[in-house]
Amino acid sequence: MATDGPHNVPTPKPGNDLVQIGAPPAKAPKLELEAVRQQLSTARGPQYWRSLEELADHEGFAEMMEREFPRHVSEWTDAVSRRGFLKLMSASLALAGLSACTKQPDETIVPYVQQPEELIPGVPQYYATARPSAMGAQPLLVKSHMYRPIKVEGNPEHASSRGASDVYSQASVLDVYDPDRSQTITYLGNTRTWGDFLGALRDAAGGEKAKQGTGLRFLTETVTSPTLAAQFRQVLAAFPQARLYQYEPVNRDSARAGSRLAFGQYVDAQYQLENADVIVSLDADFLGGPYFPNFLKLAKDFAGRRKLDGKEMNRLYVVESQMSPTGGKADNRLALRAWEVEQFAAALAGAVGAGGNGTVDSDAAKRFMSTLAADLKAHSGRCVVIPGEQQTPAVHALAAAMNSALGAVGKTVIYTDTVEPVPSEQMLGIKELVDEMKAGKVSLLVMLGGNPVFNVPADLDLKGGLEKVPLRIQLSAYKDETSRYCHWQVAQAHYLESWSDARAFDGTVTVVQPLIEPLYGGRTAHDILGILSETPGQSSYDLVKAYWKSQSKAADFDAEWRRILHDGFVAGSQFPAKTVSAKAVAVPAPAKKDQLEIVFRPDPSIYDGRYINNGWLQELAKPITKLTWDNAVLMSYNYAIANKYHDQQTVEINVGGRKVKGGVKIVPGHPDGSITVHLGYGREFTGRVGAGTGFNAYALRTGANANTALGATLTPVDGKWQLAVTQHHHLIEGNHVINADLAQGQSLAGEAAVSRGMIRSAVLEEFEKNPNFANEGAFEAPPLDMTLFGENGHYSWTTDPAKTSAHQWGMTIDLNSCVGCNTCVIACQAENNIPVVGKEQVLMGREMQWLRIDAYFQSAASDVANPRLYFQPVPCMHCENAPCEPVCPVGATVHSPEGLNNMVYNRCVGTRYCSNNCPYKVRRFNFLLYADFDTESLKGVRNPDVSVRSRGVMEKCTYCVQRITGARIQAEKEDRKVRDGEVVTACQQACPTDAIVFGDMNDPNSRVNKIKKQQRNYAMLAEVNTRPRTTYVASVLNPNMQLENRVEKKSEHGG
Amino acid sequence: MAQFFPHSANAYARMSLVLAGVLAAALGLAGDRLQRSPYVTKEGLRPEQPVPFSHQHHVGGLGIDCRYCHTSVENSSFAGIPPTKTCMNCHSQIWTNAGMLEPVRASFRDNKSLVWQRVHDLPDFVYFSHEIHVNKGVGCKSCHGPVDEMPLMYQNATLQMEWCLACHRDTATVLRPREEVFNMQYKEPSRGNPVRFAGVDYFDQMKLGAAIQKEYHIRNKFELTSCDTCHR
Repeated sequence: MATDGPHNVPTPKPGNDLVQIGAPPAKAPKLELEAVRQQLSTARGPQYWRSLEELADHEGFAEMMEREFPRHVSEWTDAVSRRGFLKLMSASLALAGLSACTKQPDETIVPYVQQPEELIPGVPQYYATARPSAMGAQPLLVKSHMYRPIKVEGNPEHASSRGASDVYSQASVLDVYDPDRSQTITYLGNTRTWGDFLGALRDAAGGEKAKQGTGLRFLTETVTSPTLAAQFRQVLAAFPQARLYQYEPVNRDSARAGSRLAFGQYVDAQYQLENADVIVSLDADFLGGPYFPNFLKLAKDFAGRRKLDGKEMNRLYVVESQMSPTGGKADNRLALRAWEVEQFAAALAGAVGAGGNGTVDSDAAKRFMSTLAADLKAHSGRCVVIPGEQQTPAVHALAAAMNSALGAVGKTVIYTDTVEPVPSEQMLGIKELVDEMKAGKVSLLVMLGGNPVFNVPADLDLKGGLEKVPLRIQLSAYKDETSRYCHWQVAQAHYLESWSDARAFDGTVTVVQPLIEPLYGGRTAHDILGILSETPGQSSYDLVKAYWKSQSKAADFDAEWRRILHDGFVAGSQFPAKTVSAKAVAVPAPAKKDQLEIVFRPDPSIYDGRYINNGWLQELAKPITKLTWDNAVLMSYNYAIANKYHDQQTVEINVGGRKVKGGVKIVPGHPDGSITVHLGYGREFTGRVGAGTGFNAYALRTGANANTALGATLTPVDGKWQLAVTQHHHLIEGNHVINADLAQGQSLAGEAAVSRGMIRSAVLEEFEKNPNFANEGAFEAPPLDMTLFGENGHYSWTTDPAKTSAHQWGMTIDLNSCVGCNTCVIACQAENNIPVVGKEQVLMGREMQWLRIDAYFQSAASDVANPRLYFQPVPCMHCENAPCEPVCPVGATVHSPEGLNNMVYNRCVGTRYCSNNCPYKVRRFNFLLYADFDTESLKGVRNPDVSVRSRGVMEKCTYCVQRITGARIQAEKEDRKVRDGEVVTACQQACPTDAIVFGDMNDPNSRVNKIKKQQRNYAMLAEVNTRPRTTYVASVLNPNMQLENRVEKKSEHGG
Repeated sequence: MAQFFPHSANAYARMSLVLAGVLAAALGLAGDRLQRSPYVTKEGLRPEQPVPFSHQHHVGGLGIDCRYCHTSVENSSFAGIPPTKTCMNCHSQIWTNAGMLEPVRASFRDNKSLVWQRVHDLPDFVYFSHEIHVNKGVGCKSCHGPVDEMPLMYQNATLQMEWCLACHRDTATVLRPREEVFNMQYKEPSRGNPVRFAGVDYFDQMKLGAAIQKEYHIRNKFELTSCDTCHR
């Protein structure tokens, strides 16, 4: 059945008629707009909800609340005969009694012949490296256990990450061990040796050399490696007529073209959000994830100004074409269709004196624009405008003009050289290449990385072009769509297996250092180019080192090099600011306004499709939709109602005659008249994990309309497209008995949010007037001595000396800082050996991630279409009065003297009473053998400090007890207490915004204690007296009240 | 109507009830004994090894310190198994032709690891750390037994949870001064054999243990018997 990692995960075909579970009951698939409005109009105070279906269908959701798992999940749906059932039962009964008496199997122990000097077996080592990306390299520190990379963290000394990391980096370690990766060199599908390939390429290159390289073309992904660029320069010098093209489907063409329009040259904009009081995003999802350039720094600097620690709080305005995490976090948000953003930007530019001519249609947008312009002008020099990567070049140019007019340049934004040594506009490049190929001008095509056959614009006949090239060579990590059109396919080494270098977005040179020899004999782009160079046979290591030696002024380069490898980067190598002046640009008046718009975006989980075979990322619930294992046709609920679409309905999208079928997902906050699709799914040839997931949005995308196209049509098609959405899993029930007053009119999840104070929030003014807003009302925990059970019932962890340790662990999660980027979820999965379960099991609500991020929408009755979003990460609360503990019949979940709620796997017999009794729904049960015990390569990725759980065992967040134990042993050896900051949980370490803080509550000076003493600190469901160790810091928003319509100005307890 | 069963049937019935009870108890007892027997625990078994390495000769006879081979015992959860190189440090000079050592030489020559049978093997859900035990005054001998008297290595204790807990519940019974941890000749304090610790002579293990607990900040029994001490 389902397994962990990219192996053998069952992926039902779309439309498979599974039992409808996990999604709301099928009774009323239609959304009744009026019902939603009415529902909300009776409510008082702020409105919270988890989804629109939930708002409309009050009763159906009661079941999701009451039950731990949706109905039918525990039922036996397979057709099994009575006879078969009895056979199974008798066999399992016979085995059940014996399982406790097994003998330990004999094991061997295999020492080295010569042990490496620096290795202490059992003690992990850390190496600095980086994940190269077109959006700037992510500097990393990778944990290696006996020379196996097992966990990726951000490099704390590198200015671009400061210890934080992102989902792709966290999950990339799984790809190293992916058994589906390409493992050989093949010629026309037959295995060949490196020597064969070397000969073939040299022969072909010899022929090209005679022609000055006239027919030689290189197609690479975005080159960010200075060494690779230098190699290319060398090769192109030897083959003067040869050409290099760079192409990635998710590229920075708009930014490049915009930069060309505004400055006449290619520059990168580096935003310095730590200096910005007012931030405007023009469809820029800069808090969403690593698909935005420099995400880690932007998120950290943004959140750094929202901690209310003395620094003035910033204000974020977002104008966007879909609901994004950035829009969810916005203080003021305006939803516009993507093409309208350009007009809005031009109008805003006009209003702030940067020269612009746009027209804004609606009154709401006009009001938003003028208020925003006034605020920007009032914060001149302390504001910044950020254009979206998928917006038009004009928006980028206008943003540059506005930043210049508003005095932002040099303060909140600086312009520098580009991350790529050879910047280009890739959509133009790939078109040129295809034209050349079709004209028969290309005789040798070398593709280094990428999967162009799958992801080039649909109007380019790349396949036809390729067929005219006599020799086609591909270096790629997987056998993919492109491999089938190539003569030679060479297995590519993973970045954790290669020597290379890359620039971080700020320009800092960052060395990519291998953690392991290529598991499958992979090669790097350096190796392939090396064959064509003047000095063949140099290793990637030699090349990288030689390049930096040539760039270094250090007298003793070897010492310098050792320091570079140790630190992971070349100190002081960030780009200096360039002096550029922005020209004003005019935008054309829009045409075809009323047509349906389709917006193409990189997928938050699998990016451009390259991570499709990564089980961790596939099963990761996307930040807004909470969709797993799929992409969907995202649309607003107004549009859906008007056209009678409902969730999971299969529709056919037609863009200019190109057709693709997908499932509908209604998203709150999406603009009307627009649909969004995520790229990368629907692969024809990929590994076992990615096969059969989603639909191919590239088939709709043309070079001219790569980001947005107008004139799409939707046609309903028969059949249901089953979407595994986790938004309604693990819902918490409201309490209308205690707080009937507050609960009135709320949806059920909203009822929990309000009547139980799940989410507590205030606007800045309110907070300043009443700093204690988060702890007023009916949410307080009962007093310690209030009990029905006399002396025995007294709460004892803080009073019983025998059970009190020097350290008492606790955690805080700052709702103001959390941007819902999911990095913590993957970090937890990697650290704690959490298995992947597959789409079928997710549909049953059986996903295993210990940490989930609940998303609560909040809106005023009048404006359901424009909600605010609260992200609430929910790990185990480690309750002091844990409800799970007394119900366990075998004592498998018990308290430790340090306040941890321990889960003892080897005692657990799987009654599931504990998870039944958990008010936070944070326990996860291994219904099947989810962990992969068989696939040899996947054993390598496991953290040896954490047990791998088998079937029938309950598990949950442990506060990373292995890290606590490690730090405690270190401290005890040194006869001291564990210092503050010594224990860092995996989620905390990964968090880009420092939203999670962990530490010792007994230490008065610990960070966690200082945060817990803040008045904004509150416990979730405090009134049930669980006394959770994990607490939340209430959200404070800073909206411009002239525009605010999402928040009721007067409310009883914030909001 | 004639009776089907004679009177004696009553006695048989009673007897069989009693017997059933005895049988059940015996089965339970047998199961219990089996679970604690060397068959399951492997206590005292000497598995066949590629080379019949004698700790008695190397430790007891030659007086080589434990840490010469088990290098990481003070710094890692894992004590470390010596690489072939460690053997060859001496055996490239002495006993260079001994037939018994051929596998060692072959390993070194062919760069192929020796494959030893693991003697002390805890279940995978148990996380034992050598590092903290030897740094807090638990002698090698306390768990591994008289290694210096073992011609072939065997497991000296059951390594079952009850055995671990016996010490974790009362660490004073085993603690010794740090400098005595690797001393195989160390004797527990007794009336005629005082052990000096922090300038005081102790004649009683419990008193010595209590002093060490205090000096080394040994965690209390509630902490040391908490599940997460060993399971995670």
